Amino acid sequence: MTIRHHISDSLLMAHAAGTLPEAFGLVVATHISLCDDCRARAGAFDAVGGALMDEAPAAAMSEGSLAAVMARLDRRIEIQRPIPRRDPRVPAPLSDYIGGSLDTVRWRPLGGGVRQAILPTGREAVARLLWIPGGQSVPDHGHRGMELTLVLQGAFRDETDRFGPGDLEIADEEMEHTPVAEPGPDCICLAATDAPLRFNSLLPRLVQPFVRI
Amino acid sequence: MSLPTRKSGCMRENRGICSPAGDERKADVTGQTEETDWVALMLAIRDHRDETAFARLFQHFAPRVKGFLMKSGTASAQAEEYAQDVMAVVWQKAHLFDPSRASLSTWIFTIARNRRIDAIRKARHPEPEELFWGPESEPDQADVYEMQQENARLTRAVQSLPEKQRALIERAFFGDLSHRELADETGLPLGTIKSRIRLALERLRLHMS
Repeated sequence: MTIRHHISDSLLMAHAAGTLPEAFGLVVATHISLCDDCRARAGAFDAVGGALMDEAPAAAMSEGSLAAVMARLDRRIEIQRPIPRRDPRVPAPLSDYIGGSLDTVRWRPLGGGVRQAILPTGREAVARLLWIPGGQSVPDHGHRGMELTLVLQGAFRDETDRFGPGDLEIADEEMEHTPVAEPGPDCICLAATDAPLRFNSLLPRLVQPFVRI
Repeated sequence: MSLPTRKSGCMRENRGICSPAGDERKADVTGQTEETDWVALMLAIRDHRDETAFARLFQHFAPRVKGFLMKSGTASAQAEEYAQDVMAVVWQKAHLFDPSRASLSTWIFTIARNRRIDAIRKARHPEPEELFWGPESEPDQADVYEMQQENARLTRAVQSLPEKQRALIERAFFGDLSHRELADETGLPLGTIKSRIRLALERLRLHMS
């Protein structure tokens, strides 16, 4: 997997700081699971957090706190081996949200063969899986906030570039785009938005309140 | 205190040089001033369930975790409770600490961050897939040494950032800035530590395959 589109520094820093909405955090953690370059960059930002924690004024623990923690420690040495992916397209962080496989996701039609499934995250932002049949387009739209789109299978192109497996597109307020899935295998993406999308044609706008896109 | 005896024996020969320079520069609760080899203590916990090692880690890190959480706006009683939880996780997940990719401060910071999100925002912090060496092997001691040194350098670099820039980074990490308020140009000197971690990941991947 050759990944060409990566997470921005600001998103990685917010992820390290723990201030990203859960839906964005899910996309970031899923990309990191596929991309060791971003895993290393994320590790560097974590190290900044570690340095700040070292520097923060220490606050004395209450008396007996060590004993309280000692009392609840499990003395066995138990090393859990990492569980292999049930579905090779689905890294662990995403797997937790969909029960392991893309094959058991409950898709809802969005029209034109495009399907989606909303994932259960906190309400600050919405995470969804999108299924776009090969050669099909997603209705052209703009964004009120930020939209992150991570390709899990297949590929899409829009006005900016081509995005293949593992690639992450970051779209902001200024961007209007019409993503088109490449002919070939259907394109499956994990996307997150922090405000509803703004469609440019009437039909998607009409169904928007019902399908939550 | 017993020392780790795993086959590569990294910490036995290496005791004292794996620790970040100056990590123990302030005399802490135990009154010690010499450098402490946190990595060796961590391995003793992992391999031998060494309670003395855990007590030393607790005395050093629990007050820092609590202080960090309080600085992030957590009330004292809650911060106390979360710091205890964090230290319990340190024990429980000892096998996931990879000293070729992070310092102990960094690793404990990530556990504290996740605990805070869990509690305060009632949301999850999705974590990337875990990668670790498994029970039979561990990273090269030279990589561990370099990583710990690199962390010490980064800590010094963060300390000596211009005041304005440092304040911005602190506000980001103490939860006062949203992702929209952060810039892609952080001005943090992260190039070398990033390359170090990348190298360690390559070695780990090679080992895993």
